[in-house]
Amino acid sequence: MSSATTPPDSDPTGRRRVHSMLKLYYGLNEEGTAAEQAESLDPCDINGPHFDPEVYLNKLRKECSLGELMDHESCMVKQIRSLDSDMQTLVYENYNKFISATDTIRKMKNDFKKMEDEMDCLSANMAAITEFSARISGTLQDQHAQITKLSGVHTLLRKLQFLFELPARLNKCLELQAYAQAVSAHRRARCVLQQYSHMPSFRGIQDDCHVIMEQLAQQLRQKFRDGGSSAKDLSECVELLLQLDEPAEELCDKFLSHAQSRLEADLQGLEVELKDSAVTDTDILEFIDRGCNEFVSSLCLVIASYQELFINQMANGKLHVFVDTLAARYFSLVEQRIQEEKGVGDNSLLVRALDRFHRRLQAITKLLPGSAVPSHGTEIVVRAARERIKQYLSALQTFYHDSLTDVRQALAAPRLAVGGANATPSLPELLTSLSNFILNQLKSVLASVHLFTAKDITFSNKPYFKGEFCSQGVREGLVVSFIKFICQSSRQYCESAGDRGGSTPPALLLLLSRLCLDYETSTISYILTLTDEQFLVQHHTPVTPVTALCAEAREAAQKLLNHYVKVQGLIISQMLRKSVETRDWVNTIEPRNVRAVMKRVVEDTTSIDVQVGLLYEEGVRKAHSSDSSKRTFSVYSSSRQQIRYAPSYTPSAPMDTNLLSNIHKLFSERIDIFSPVEFNKVSVLTGIIKISLKTFLECVRLRTFGRYGLQQIQVDCHYLQMYLWRFVSDENLVHFLLDEIVGSAAHRCLDPSPMEQSVIEVICERG
Amino acid sequence: MEDDAPVIYGLEFQARALTAQTAETDAIRFLVGTQSLKFDNQIHIIDFDDENNMINKSVLLHDAGEIWHISGSPAEKAVLTTCYSKTSESRVLTCAAVWRMPPEWESGSHESPDDSSNNPQTLELLCHLDNTTHGSVACVLWEPMGDGKRVISLAENHVLLWDLQESSTKATISSSATLEGKGQLKFTAGKWSPHHNSTQLATANDTAIRGWDLRSMSQIYCIESAHGQLVRDLDFNPNKQYYLASCGDDCKVKFWDVRHINEPVKCLEEHSHCLQCHMILQKSF
Repeated sequence: MSSATTPPDSDPTGRRRVHSMLKLYYGLNEEGTAAEQAESLDPCDINGPHFDPEVYLNKLRKECSLGELMDHESCMVKQIRSLDSDMQTLVYENYNKFISATDTIRKMKNDFKKMEDEMDCLSANMAAITEFSARISGTLQDQHAQITKLSGVHTLLRKLQFLFELPARLNKCLELQAYAQAVSAHRRARCVLQQYSHMPSFRGIQDDCHVIMEQLAQQLRQKFRDGGSSAKDLSECVELLLQLDEPAEELCDKFLSHAQSRLEADLQGLEVELKDSAVTDTDILEFIDRGCNEFVSSLCLVIASYQELFINQMANGKLHVFVDTLAARYFSLVEQRIQEEKGVGDNSLLVRALDRFHRRLQAITKLLPGSAVPSHGTEIVVRAARERIKQYLSALQTFYHDSLTDVRQALAAPRLAVGGANATPSLPELLTSLSNFILNQLKSVLASVHLFTAKDITFSNKPYFKGEFCSQGVREGLVVSFIKFICQSSRQYCESAGDRGGSTPPALLLLLSRLCLDYETSTISYILTLTDEQFLVQHHTPVTPVTALCAEAREAAQKLLNHYVKVQGLIISQMLRKSVETRDWVNTIEPRNVRAVMKRVVEDTTSIDVQVGLLYEEGVRKAHSSDSSKRTFSVYSSSRQQIRYAPSYTPSAPMDTNLLSNIHKLFSERIDIFSPVEFNKVSVLTGIIKISLKTFLECVRLRTFGRYGLQQIQVDCHYLQMYLWRFVSDENLVHFLLDEIVGSAAHRCLDPSPMEQSVIEVICERG
Repeated sequence: MEDDAPVIYGLEFQARALTAQTAETDAIRFLVGTQSLKFDNQIHIIDFDDENNMINKSVLLHDAGEIWHISGSPAEKAVLTTCYSKTSESRVLTCAAVWRMPPEWESGSHESPDDSSNNPQTLELLCHLDNTTHGSVACVLWEPMGDGKRVISLAENHVLLWDLQESSTKATISSSATLEGKGQLKFTAGKWSPHHNSTQLATANDTAIRGWDLRSMSQIYCIESAHGQLVRDLDFNPNKQYYLASCGDDCKVKFWDVRHINEPVKCLEEHSHCLQCHMILQKSF
């Protein structure tokens, strides 16, 4: 009852209770249950379910004072009253709702009854409609069939009309040159006509069509044959003809032949340009450009359209042959043009032209995979590169020769101006400038050649340009060949010029020898390292090692120096020979002074010494020819000479003379007159003096001397002895040769009475 | 030959002239002419016996002067020419003469070789190749494979072709040629080619080698600067008619094809000493 009487203000609790009861009913257990139970178990809770009015009353009575009780009572009464009124209101409300619900249900009942009637009516109507419909379709059945038939006839008639109109239409198309339209129209009608060709009327039409189409085909062929039309027109033509069942093979041949004639026109244009290029002075880039734009692009077009038109029916073989033959002609033209490119000034133009050429050929690769054309193109590029290297090599060689000529002139000029052999102080400068010139030229050539392997050039990643070009081409073909060329041309100076009157100035020989020696010590390895770095050479094939080149350069240097010695020796020899041969030694006067030629010999030797000293180091002498040499010499000239020569001048014992000199020869070192020299000044001078004195000796042996002739020789030899010892590595050599000369002269003397040593010395001191 | 010890023959004088006795076909025989200013010069006849590997010699006296060149007649064994220098009071002149060996030399030498030097026989003078107008004679050449009637002498810059008449006792100049040029040109050596019917001659002067046609007595080729220094001697290949060998003071032996004179066919450079070659033995090629 308490729940029922719960006033609206105590609604939450009441609702909770309802809630909990519902929960209880649905078997749900919630957390707050225990507390609620504890709360609701309290009998004093006026809203709880276990409320015990008695307990509550007692409790109140026990706890509260009278006033409080009074208050409580009045509060309670107030609450009861409000509860009563609330309940009353609720009852009313619910009653009203019930009344209205009853009304509604009653109303619904009436409505449903009405609806049922209408539904009955509807089903009756539907039945009627079905019946009518069946009746109508029954009646319309025949007509429908007729209509279908009629529409079939109509379409057939339209087709027939098309067929009948076909000839006229084709004619019209023919007039308008709308070939494509005509062909498509004819194609549509063709099978029908074929099918009904047994009927005469159709036969007629077919024949007409045939005639017209024949005509059309004729026109197309004509157009095709004229060849004046563009490639696009041409391919259209071919397409139409193909649709007209022209034999594909024939068409294909014709197509190619037409394409060929046009491409050949392009080629002829190129040919003309090639011929004129000398006159009009077009550069190779322009030429290649033109070739690419005209020939290669139209070739690509032809290939593309050919493939579009024929490739399904025809083998590729024909196309390949066609492309190959034309490309071959094109290539030959390009090669001719490349070969004309001889100037080595600007390599970039050629490289760019080749690059363009190569790049454009890649299009063909894409269009026609498996074609040999691009690889041929690459071959051409490779050949061109090879050719280029050769040209550069020859340019370098020419340059080398030119610079040598310059050096020659430079060597000749000061001599003419000053008139002395020692007027070549610029020899070391000439050497450095020559060597720098060559090196710079080589570097610039390397830079030019390097363009071939630049990253942005299409052919630079071909295997040839990565490997062989760098190692075999540039390194071997260019650098190594050039170095070898230098060595070889140097050797040629020794071989050809040497025996032919020594047309090469000796200073040049000396200079070249030093150049080759420098190459051996440093330049070669520098150049090769430079090349290897620039070209990142990976040597797959064996290459010339640095050591071999160095050995070659050293050999050349040695040869040149030997030759220098020979040439200089020959010059002095000639002087001595002439001086001996032209004089009448029997009838000469008593010597008063040293002959002029001996002074000249010493002068020349001194100037050679200066010249060699400019380029070569001093070298080592034998130990005992230091500052004591002068003293040694004086000993030689006084005591030793007398010991040695005294017996030989006594006419009584010629056998003794021979014996003595022979014994002397046995014990002295054998002298190699033309032995190779070392790379230093002393050795060079020794070689020259050896040759000169040996010639002197040989000449003396061929002459007959009078008394004063012998004495003159004595004076001359003493003079030479005084000045020549300082140039040679071993002064004993000079002593020995001069002894031999005087000895031989004494032997060939009719009246061998030698001059006093002191007199000789006085004459020589006097000069 | 290789197995045998080398055979050495010593002369007491210096010598510069050596020749094979051309007309002798049986024995291997050489003639050597000595050079001595003070003593009488000799001609040594050296017989090489290759079976026993030994030498027989005989000596003939050549008292005209020191011998610079010697050459044997191709037709007659006993006839030879020498170029010798004659020293008068103030002049040294090289002359040439044709000699005949005395007939007894052969028998005498074999009996007692030691005595022959003590009592040497003298050569019999057949005739002088009189050359006072032409100067010193460098060498005398016999016509190869000829009948011993024609010789050529090279005197200074003249080529003289002599006809020997009356068993070589009279010599007349049949034709001559002169080498013209700058300076004092002087022939140093020469060889008469055995090819082309003996119509060609090669001469050397200084560093040049020249070829001559004896019919027209004119120069047919000239190898300028054949050697770097003086050309000492030259000779023809007996088997190949265009090949020529030369040696010079530059220590080189060169072989030439006279049709292509710009470059030598071959050049040997093995010698390190001046070549004193006086005869190129004709076994090359």
